[in-house]
Amino acid sequence: MKELVEYLAKSLVDHPEDVHVNEVEGERTIILELSVSPEDMGKVIGKQGRIAKAIRTVVKAAAAKEGKKVSVEIL
Amino acid sequence: MRSVEVSAKTVEEAVKIALEKLNLTEDEVNIEILEHPNKGFLGFLGSKNALVRVEEKYDPLKAGQKFLEKIFSFMKLEPTINIVEEDEYTIFNLSGKDLGILIGRRGETLDSLQFLLNLVVNKNLENRVKYIIDVEGYRSRRENTLADLANRLAKKVIRTGRKVVLEPMNPQERRIIHLTLQDNKYITTYSEGEEPYRKVVIVPKKQA
Repeated sequence: MKELVEYLAKSLVDHPEDVHVNEVEGERTIILELSVSPEDMGKVIGKQGRIAKAIRTVVKAAAAKEGKKVSVEIL
Repeated sequence: MRSVEVSAKTVEEAVKIALEKLNLTEDEVNIEILEHPNKGFLGFLGSKNALVRVEEKYDPLKAGQKFLEKIFSFMKLEPTINIVEEDEYTIFNLSGKDLGILIGRRGETLDSLQFLLNLVVNKNLENRVKYIIDVEGYRSRRENTLADLANRLAKKVIRTGRKVVLEPMNPQERRIIHLTLQDNKYITTYSEGEEPYRKVVIVPKKQA
């Protein structure tokens, strides 16, 4: 799941080298903390959070397949 | 984009070596000559090799396919991708096992994936391309369902004389409802509310 978020973010931003994803495993949910270069914030959030929402939807679908709950947080 | 810089005695030779390294043909790359060769005095004094930079051309279709395949590999899915190029858009038709997960609730996941795909391929493009992702004809089936729903509700509005408000839909889905009912003489349609909760309303046409 971490790799998926990392790949999506790297594909969207201008500075892929500054993309980092930190995985925090909770009891029932996995939290994926995504950080990008400050210049790229808009590229992963989008107007009214549209891009962030799309990333979350795709990651959720991937996680559901493995019976997991995942939340993506943008730092 | 993958690129290499190669130095050789002649430009032709350097390009040839670069293409072998990238495993591409000449029409798949951009070639930039950084330094022209110089035979030098008497063939050795001050002689200089040619230096070229050969870069893979950006092909949005290839990039799009690679993007999707990569995502599917993370999801452990192996759909067959069938690409159909139309005038104004290109459709990526997916078929295979366990693809329901890619559609999601009312196509939500499919729409998200399509949105991300379009963002990624258009990132480096001046002339934007439009890509549509479909899973085993889901979009056309959904279109028929929405058209049926629109016709059914229109009849109800005509029968009762009262307006009907549909549930929230995305712009493409609302468009299908509007288009289906645009020629109906007894009702009109419009949308109300803010995205993403915008809904279609069907109302009886006022009698003149």
